[in-house]
Amino acid sequence: MLSRVADSFYWMRRYLERAEHSARVINVHLSLSLDDPTDTVGRTLLSAVGERPAGVPIPEIPARAEATGRVDPAHRAVVVGCVAAARENARQIREQISAEMWEQLNRLYLVSRESQPDGPAFMRAVIEGTHLFQGVAEATLSQGEGWHYMQLGRYMERATTTASMLAEYFAERGNPSADAPKTGQYVEWVGLLRACAAFEAYTRAHTADVRPERLVEFLLLNADCPRSVRFAADRIEDSLRAIARVLGREATGRPERFAGRLRAALNFGTIDEIIADDLVRYVESIREQCDQIHAALNQTYISYALEAAIAR
Amino acid sequence: MAPVSGSGPVALSALFTSYHLDTSFDEMFDAAGRPRPPYQALLSRLLDLPAEDLRRRQREADAAFLQQGITFTVYGDKGGTERVFPYDLLPRILTHDEWQRISRGLSQRLLALNLFLRDVYGDGRILKEGIVPRELVVTAQHYRREMRGLYQRPDVRISVAGTDLVRLPDGSFAVLEDNLRVPSGVSYMLTNRQITKRVFPQLFVDYEIEPIDHYAQALLATLRSLAPAQPQPTIVVLTPGVYNSAYFEHAFLARQMGVELVEGRDLLVHDNIVYMRTTGGLRRVDVIYRRVDDDFLDPLAFRTDSALGVAGLFNAYRAGSVAMANAIGTGVADDKAVYAYVPAIIKFYLGEDPILPNVETYLLGNDTDRAYALEHLGELVVKAVGESGGYGMLIGPHSTAAEREEFRRRILANPRNYIAQPTLALSRAPSFLDEGIEPRHVDLRPYVLCSGDSCTVVPGGLTRVALRRGSLVVNSSQGGGSKDTWVLAE
Repeated sequence: MLSRVADSFYWMRRYLERAEHSARVINVHLSLSLDDPTDTVGRTLLSAVGERPAGVPIPEIPARAEATGRVDPAHRAVVVGCVAAARENARQIREQISAEMWEQLNRLYLVSRESQPDGPAFMRAVIEGTHLFQGVAEATLSQGEGWHYMQLGRYMERATTTASMLAEYFAERGNPSADAPKTGQYVEWVGLLRACAAFEAYTRAHTADVRPERLVEFLLLNADCPRSVRFAADRIEDSLRAIARVLGREATGRPERFAGRLRAALNFGTIDEIIADDLVRYVESIREQCDQIHAALNQTYISYALEAAIAR
Repeated sequence: MAPVSGSGPVALSALFTSYHLDTSFDEMFDAAGRPRPPYQALLSRLLDLPAEDLRRRQREADAAFLQQGITFTVYGDKGGTERVFPYDLLPRILTHDEWQRISRGLSQRLLALNLFLRDVYGDGRILKEGIVPRELVVTAQHYRREMRGLYQRPDVRISVAGTDLVRLPDGSFAVLEDNLRVPSGVSYMLTNRQITKRVFPQLFVDYEIEPIDHYAQALLATLRSLAPAQPQPTIVVLTPGVYNSAYFEHAFLARQMGVELVEGRDLLVHDNIVYMRTTGGLRRVDVIYRRVDDDFLDPLAFRTDSALGVAGLFNAYRAGSVAMANAIGTGVADDKAVYAYVPAIIKFYLGEDPILPNVETYLLGNDTDRAYALEHLGELVVKAVGESGGYGMLIGPHSTAAEREEFRRRILANPRNYIAQPTLALSRAPSFLDEGIEPRHVDLRPYVLCSGDSCTVVPGGLTRVALRRGSLVVNSSQGGGSKDTWVLAE
């Protein structure tokens, strides 16, 4: 597969994932600010989305809250920008993806450019559109090399964003303590879970009794919740191995090493140790490891040094 | 069916109430208004159908084009708009005998033009003998002096050609222009057939039509033959990218042939070898079917500001490590002034008379031709020699005095850059427009594939149709559409 094509598969899916995260966080922020116009959690989370390495620059989310129940145009622009960037990447590889995928993404793009619906309904439409795209892709695309670059884009973005949200939140609030929570805190924690689309999954595992250490454990180390960092890290390593297999490489290069290390840390770490040590430092290191994997992926498959490739 | 007299309407049914014959050749009816034999079956079908049925099929076809994203980009419009190439429901039908003549004529022409290119960039015999003026060749906009003395093995200059033919009032075909650089439109030839099969399958029952689906395979074989030393040469289609007007076609052909579609930035040259950058490392490229103009191929050799090309590509090509279709510099042979000499070129290399004639052409670089043309601007079509796609043209009978004055000024400023031709009454074929069936002017672009000393012409081509009433311009960029083109089996 052409390196440019692989890159487009990756970024197409990564931007869609980012669109989904942004839309969801914006909706959580809207909902929280209706209860509390000064909503700081929403702002904190907003600043965690969408500032990782980018192929196409998009505007950052400004931390402005208006308790009007309306979507800030700047926030909306971020979501629209992500969808447009995803479509632009898809356009580059139109003959490689299925016609159905193109049509679904194109439809989402056209919807995102219309002024209606406004507000939360718009964000829900985007979230739904990205889910539809994923379903269409699973139903119509051969799960070869291109598929795995899509998986990487999707889970790299998810792992990075979840880690970033945890980092931002606990950097502001301090390490979780064992004291009984105040009412306001409970609302914040639910907001955090909702922002990660993990509230329902959490209650099924732990009931609605939200405790910060359980929340962190769930979002970081849970093996089954598709929104946890561990789940993402498992998929990242799987896809890297699959790509190596397709290309007839041994899966011992830098991308597999970094991904394997991250996976091991999340598979075998315990929440007590993580909290006892320094939670913020820990989630920040996860973010850094994701960046490392991204860079290694790039250097191995996309923009590798020519001299090395020629000598090979 | 009662014959209908001379120039009156062919009043066969409500569908045909606006069908007026004129002096141009009508593909469906003879001068007396009787249907020509190959169109009889089609006509009986049409007479059985209500207009609403045709409209429904037309809508189905339009929707299919849009959904599949079979679009092209119009330049000069703001920001390059994506548009569907209008499709006309009714096929254009050519008989076996008509096709034989066209096919032989094109093969002959392309054989001679390939020899011409080898010669003008080599010994220049034809120039020394004064058959074609040297000055005309070396001043052609697309002449590439970098190609002098450069031979390839096998030395095929034009692998893919799309020659435009027109049908004159007497029913004979003539060559209007040769497209020998990066001719486009073949994807429409193929998709038009698919769509017609889908929305109007009944038509196929009445006819035995030569298939065209093997075009991609034939193209692949042509490209393979450019790298005879490699048992499994790596072939790529080089596109300028998604913003190019023909990007759909580039992607379409790559997919149909099962080869990679690359952009300039996917390729690199090291030690005169061309590689493409894949996830599995660098992979050597043997043959490039390039859809990028000469000028933009290599910033080191041609335009330095080209971001579409590959630095060092020309050197690799010169070293013979990569083959290209078409070769660099073929544009000198489709220069509109050199065109006037093609009959002489055929005679010179093959010792034969051309099977397909040229259209009478005035070279405005010649004093007598220019004097005549400036006198008769109102009757002639004036074309800039280096332009294509219907840009930079004056159609005398449809022009205003101001436009003619503008062209007079341009011609006098640079006479070598212009030719003039009589305004041709292009033949007309029945087209389905919303109200009914009316005749519209058409041309025909068959696609010729050349390898070594043989040419293949896939039986069919792109029939372009000037959908605006009375218009003679069939180019897609100028409001033209296209129709499926059938060649009947023997």
